[in-house]
Amino acid sequence: MITQVKKQNLYEELFQKSFSQSTQPAWLKDLRLKAFEYFSQNGFPTPEDEEWKYTNTAPITREQFSLSVEKKPSTQLENLIYKETQRSYLVFFNGQFIRELSNLEAASNIEIFSFSEALKTNNEILEEKLTKQVQYQRNGFTALNTAFIENGLFLHIPENQKVSVPIQILFVSTENVIATPRILILVAKGAEATLIESYLRSEQARYFTNAVIEISLEDRATLKHHRIQRESHNAFHITTTDVEIGEESIYDSTNITLGAKWSRHEISAKFTKEKAEVFVDGLYLTSGEQFADTHSVIDHLHPNCKSRQNYKGIVDGKSRVVFNGKIFVREGAKGTDAHQSNKNLLLSSNARIDTKPQLEIFNDDVQCSHGATVGQLEEEEIFYLMSRGLPASLAKNLLTYGFAEEIINKIELESVKATLDEALLNRLSVRL
Amino acid sequence: MLLEIKNLQAGIEGIKILKGLNLKVEKGEVHAIMGPNGSGKSTLAKVIAGHPGYEVFEGEILYEGKNLLEMEPDERAREGIFMAFQYPIEIPGVSNSQFLRIAYNEKMKHLGLEELDPIEFNDLLKEKAKLVEMGSDFLKRSVNEGFSGGEKKRNEILQMAVLEPKLAILDETDSGLDIDALRIVANGVNSLRSKENAIILVTHYQRLLNYIEPDYVHVLADGRIVKSGNKELALKLEEKGYDWIKEAA
Ligand SMILES: Nc1ncnc2c1ncn2[C@@H]1O[C@H](COP(=O)(O)OP(=O)(O)O)[C@@H](O)[C@H]1O
Ligand SMILES: [Mg+2]
Repeated sequence: MITQVKKQNLYEELFQKSFSQSTQPAWLKDLRLKAFEYFSQNGFPTPEDEEWKYTNTAPITREQFSLSVEKKPSTQLENLIYKETQRSYLVFFNGQFIRELSNLEAASNIEIFSFSEALKTNNEILEEKLTKQVQYQRNGFTALNTAFIENGLFLHIPENQKVSVPIQILFVSTENVIATPRILILVAKGAEATLIESYLRSEQARYFTNAVIEISLEDRATLKHHRIQRESHNAFHITTTDVEIGEESIYDSTNITLGAKWSRHEISAKFTKEKAEVFVDGLYLTSGEQFADTHSVIDHLHPNCKSRQNYKGIVDGKSRVVFNGKIFVREGAKGTDAHQSNKNLLLSSNARIDTKPQLEIFNDDVQCSHGATVGQLEEEEIFYLMSRGLPASLAKNLLTYGFAEEIINKIELESVKATLDEALLNRLSVRL
Repeated sequence: MLLEIKNLQAGIEGIKILKGLNLKVEKGEVHAIMGPNGSGKSTLAKVIAGHPGYEVFEGEILYEGKNLLEMEPDERAREGIFMAFQYPIEIPGVSNSQFLRIAYNEKMKHLGLEELDPIEFNDLLKEKAKLVEMGSDFLKRSVNEGFSGGEKKRNEILQMAVLEPKLAILDETDSGLDIDALRIVANGVNSLRSKENAIILVTHYQRLLNYIEPDYVHVLADGRIVKSGNKELALKLEEKGYDWIKEAA
């Protein structure tokens, strides 16, 4: 208890430092104050909370972080930008959006504002939308993120705009920093875009990313969203993603988790109208002492919507994985078509997986299924490869690679897929 | 002598399926092993290939004079043994060409020969694929995934063509094939047949032997070879079934 209080004092200091310099409008300052108050009272969630039963936040509570003082990274970012996004990337450095580091030449039909810009020009929109989907009261992490809102990003794909290039949002952080990126994405009626959300870090820095991303799709909009979490192996990471999907819209996401010492991804997708589709797929690959948690909720509130969820995991070493996928089919949601699958390969007897698929249906006229497996590689498959001359270890690694490819192959962007393949093959010591 | 099996007694889960089997195979020969369902043909093929689920209770297998039973399945493969599976396995997420190149290079490495990069290997693979009339789309697809029965069997022969085994055991590669696919598979096998290698054709039907002519035909019944002869024996089996042999034995 005493340490808990001390750590909150630590955040208190950081908060006062950030807050006292703020020139934000009153409504936002008020929001930040309330959020910090909530955090001060509640701290980070504990295992008594059902949603955090298998997720120990103590490793983060034990750590100390500081606010960033640097405004620009000392290293070049070029090799962190994908080939497809050379002229369409946005950069967050230590949790703050930095326009000067970004480049949108190839995506002139989208609108972006940093929060400080938006507060000058678009004050009402920001006031209306910000924290509408992810309230600070959700938990200690969202409270802390809200308390530290400074220069977030507002990304707007205007009506009927088809953005022909993918847009990369790159997050980089430096040693000791707590980064609290905040993003609002609005895909207007009939608009289409592809987004790559990438947390990349090749060095072994220790820092804490606590991101919140609120996404709203209006009617007949399409967003392809690739999330690549490859933080440093000493980093702590949590992202809360919340998506609202309008009529006949499609939200298609692929969530790759490779990095961080401790990570959690919370993703909620909610249908706000009829006939929309959601795909939330993912792959986590853990080893060593990593901890990786995925919590997803898909909420069918309206009729004739379709959701697919396909998560795969490769869990090795002494790593621990938590998967919790919920599908709600509400009373009025007739004609719902919802399927969820979570398949895990447990490669080591010292690793552990807690998986819990959950389906709650309050209506008859639905097609739903869910299932989770935790298993090893198939003996017959290993023998087949060995009978062609592959040593046992190579046979197993190749099968593990194949297991992951179903998810990675979903990513149509050549260089994104290639770098993931490379990371996977390296991890498995396979040379293709 | 390429392969010599002496008094092989083997089975699975403690059950004895092969009950004293003897067989000698020289380079350049084609042997057909025929027999009713459940007589132990696949068991023999898998024991030679080194399937870990099978147990050898007694007897020995010498391959090029060495004790085969001491070798791991992958070592056997790199030393030139190849079994075409009766039921080929699907490997999702790994393309046929990736898989074949890895297997090919493992063998090259073992033989102290030069490995091929993807471009060099693809040239070789395209040539081999012609033998079984397989297009390049098959090479890009995941190994056997979504292949029809006949395509899977052709894919086995493609693997054989790439790996150029000294001893190939084809386990019912003919079953489930229509006449066109049978012709393709047989042409592939015939073009791989040479003085330097041997083939054991495991089959249930005489039909395949019209396309691939064996030097010897053996009848396997109840875990033993109960009769051996030339291809006339296969014709006689076709005509009279297996019962007369079982009775005679
Ligand atoms: N996994 C197994 N467990 C127990 N018995 C088996 C198993 N596999 C095969 N058998 C039995 O072994 C015998 C020989 O099988 P098999 O070698 O597949 O025959 P064939 O290929 O000639 O049809 C059969 O009686 C079969 O039922
Ligand atoms: Mg058989």
